[in-house]
Amino acid sequence: MSEQTVLLEAKDIVKDYGEGHVLDGVSLKIHAGEVIVLIGPSGCGKSTFLRCMNGLEQIQSGQIILDGEVITEGKTDWPKVRQKIGMVFQSYDLFPHMSVIDNITLGPVKVQGREKKEVTAEAEKLLERVGLLEKKDAFPRQLSGGQKQRVAIVRALILKPEILLFDEVTAALDPEMVREVLDVILELASDGYTMLIVTHEMQFARAVADRIVFLDGGKVVESDTPENFFNQPKTDRARRFLNTFIYAKDTEK
Amino acid sequence: MQDLGIRVLFMGNNLQRLLLGLWVTIRISMISVALSIVLGILLGMLMTVKHPVTKALTKIYLEFIRIMPQLVLLFLVFFGLTKSFGINLSGETSAVIVFTLWGTAEMGDLVRGALISIPKHQYESGAAIGLTKWQVYRYIIIPQILTRLIPLAINLTTRMIKTTSLVALIGVVEVLKVAQQIIEANRYTVPDSALWIYGTIFFLYFFTCWPISLIAKQLEKRWKTV
Repeated sequence: MSEQTVLLEAKDIVKDYGEGHVLDGVSLKIHAGEVIVLIGPSGCGKSTFLRCMNGLEQIQSGQIILDGEVITEGKTDWPKVRQKIGMVFQSYDLFPHMSVIDNITLGPVKVQGREKKEVTAEAEKLLERVGLLEKKDAFPRQLSGGQKQRVAIVRALILKPEILLFDEVTAALDPEMVREVLDVILELASDGYTMLIVTHEMQFARAVADRIVFLDGGKVVESDTPENFFNQPKTDRARRFLNTFIYAKDTEK
Repeated sequence: MQDLGIRVLFMGNNLQRLLLGLWVTIRISMISVALSIVLGILLGMLMTVKHPVTKALTKIYLEFIRIMPQLVLLFLVFFGLTKSFGINLSGETSAVIVFTLWGTAEMGDLVRGALISIPKHQYESGAAIGLTKWQVYRYIIIPQILTRLIPLAINLTTRMIKTTSLVALIGVVEVLKVAQQIIEANRYTVPDSALWIYGTIFFLYFFTCWPISLIAKQLEKRWKTV
C-alpha cells in the first residue's frame, strides 16, 4: 500500500467543542483507490472527522494534506477543495425546490462552469447507472429515502471528486432500502473510487473496506484489514465494540 | 344625478386629480417595497450571523423602527434632517426613505425567521458540492424562503400602501390629500361629497391591493415546492 500515492492525509487532527477533545490527534493516510471504513461507538468522533476533512468543521490543530498540498495552512479555498472531496450525508439533503436533474447539475454548472447540456447528458448516464433515469424530472419529495440517497451520491459523483466521504448514508433509511444504496457504493468501490466511509453496517464494512479504522474516544485505536479486524481484533476496546453487535443480533432473534 | 354627491367626482378634472394622487401613493409604496425586499433580505441574512455586535446592532435597529410610529419617523426625516443638518429632502424622498427603513426592518425580521427555518443541512450540502457561501444563498436558500415569504411580504406591502396616507402630513399630495381638497372645495355646494369621495378612495385602494394578492397567489402556486 505504502508505495501508492497518498491522496488525502490527516495529521494529528485535534477538534474540540470547548469541553474536551472530540478528536484527539487523529492521523490517517488514504491512498488512491483505497476504501477506508471508519467505525466506532457513537460519539467517538468518526462523523466529526469526516466533516473536518472537507471543512464543514474547523479543526483546532493538525494538518490536512490533499494531493501532497497542505490545505489547512493560511486561508483555505474550501469551495475548491470540496470539488475534490465529495460528501454524501445521512439525511440525503437534496434541494427540495429543484428536480432531480437540477439537483445534480447545479454543482457542475455553477461551480465548475461546465456546459449545461454536457452535464445533463452525463447526469442522465449516472442516473441510469443507479437505476433512476426515469426519475430525473421528479422532485425529491416524490422519492423514497433510498432513491434520494442514490441521487445524492450521483450529485457528489458528477463533480468528479478525487475522494468521496460517506457519512452514515444508510442510517436514516428503512431497512429494505439500505441494500440499494450500499450496492451503489460497492459498485463504486469496484470501479476504483477512493472512499472514506462512516457506517454502522458491519457486514457492509467488511465487504467494502480495504482497511478498517476503529475510532474511540477521539483516537485511532486500531487500523487493520477487515479480515484481521473482525476476526482477531487486537485491542480490548475493539473486541468489546464488536461484541455489542453480536449481542444486539442475539436479542433481535 | 343632480343631487347625488358623486357628481363631484366628474366636476372639472377631479377624477383625474384623484388618479394622479393614487399614482403618487403607488409610486412611493412600490419604490419602498422594492427597496425593502432587497435590503430586507440582506438584513435578514445579517441577522442570522452569530456575532454579538451585528446581533446587537440589528436588534436595536429593528426595535427602534418598530417602536417609533411611522409618523414620527416621517417628521424626523423631513423636518429633523433639515433643521439639524440642513439636508433638504422633498416630501416624497423623505417618505421613500422612511418607508424603506420601516419595510427593511419588518422584511428583515421575516427573512430571518424564514432563514432559520431552513435546516442547517441545506447549507452544508450546498457547501459540499463546492458552492460558495453566496451561491448557497443564491441558488438554494433564497429560492426556498421565497415561498414562505410571499404571504408575509404581501401583507407587509398592503400595510405599506395603506400607511402611505400619512405622507400628506409632510406635504406630499397623494390620493387621500387630493380627496380632502376636493371635499373641502365643494363643502357648501355638495355637502355629502365626503361619502362619495371616500367611497371612491375605498375602491381605489382596493383595486390597488387586490391585484397584488392575486399575483402573490399565482407566485406562491408556481414556486410551491415542499
